[in-house]
Amino acid sequence: MSLTTAPAVITEPASTTRISLRIIDPAAVGAGLGLAFPTKIGARTVAGARSVLCLGPDEWLVQAPEREGEAMTEALAAIGTTLPLSAVDISDREITLALSGPAVLDLLAIGCPRDLAQLPVGSGCRTLFDTVQVVLTREAPDRFHLTVWRSFAPHLQALLDIALRELATGL
Amino acid sequence: MLLIRCPYCEQDLPELEFAYAGEAHIARPQDPSSVSDEEWRDFLFIRSNPRGVHVERWRHVNGCARFFNAARETVSDRFLATYKAGEPRPDIASLSGEAR
Repeated sequence: MSLTTAPAVITEPASTTRISLRIIDPAAVGAGLGLAFPTKIGARTVAGARSVLCLGPDEWLVQAPEREGEAMTEALAAIGTTLPLSAVDISDREITLALSGPAVLDLLAIGCPRDLAQLPVGSGCRTLFDTVQVVLTREAPDRFHLTVWRSFAPHLQALLDIALRELATGL
Repeated sequence: MLLIRCPYCEQDLPELEFAYAGEAHIARPQDPSSVSDEEWRDFLFIRSNPRGVHVERWRHVNGCARFFNAARETVSDRFLATYKAGEPRPDIASLSGEAR
């Protein structure tokens, strides 16, 4: 059997700034950052290279290119002088893996209990992957970004590697 | 696997994302030092443990991280209703009618 067409490919995108935001006034904070904050859990808006994913009723995950991290921190500090907010820089706490390919749903199904085929493109969710909490975003029908705490990444990568080999051999 | 409806996410999601958190609608006494030992024991330890509809707290810990309440039939393990924390308990009689 030829292995030239891989069922799925795992890559690591360039490192990004990630900020965990707990706020009560998403509209005001969004205006300050130039991002429209979605209020439906799982919804995500992308503006240029920045994106914001709604994880809970008062919790958002903001992602931006690494070089914009400092500007982002300063903007949030300025907003924080007038609005109550909690912004935690979790850029180094987590890493993102990009999973793509025709079998990406089968690959994720080895560890994720959600029906990810139902996850709309452009949205995301926080869920489990083999007992590890992860944040999944669907970038395209066959492309997901999986964000996980750095210390769990070797475990996840080992699992995914085994699954990739199984998928490649048609198991 | 059970599917549980999270009232905050407004989706039916796998049980693995949730954590059970005990019986719901148990209010801590406002002034603990004024209650008797028996009342304090009842608050801490005595639970209804019914055969039938049980109102209990759950937390969507691997999701939106919110606590909410659920009415579950303990015999069939069916979830009859879930509702946000702070909302009043639903009408148990109409729910148990649905369960049969």
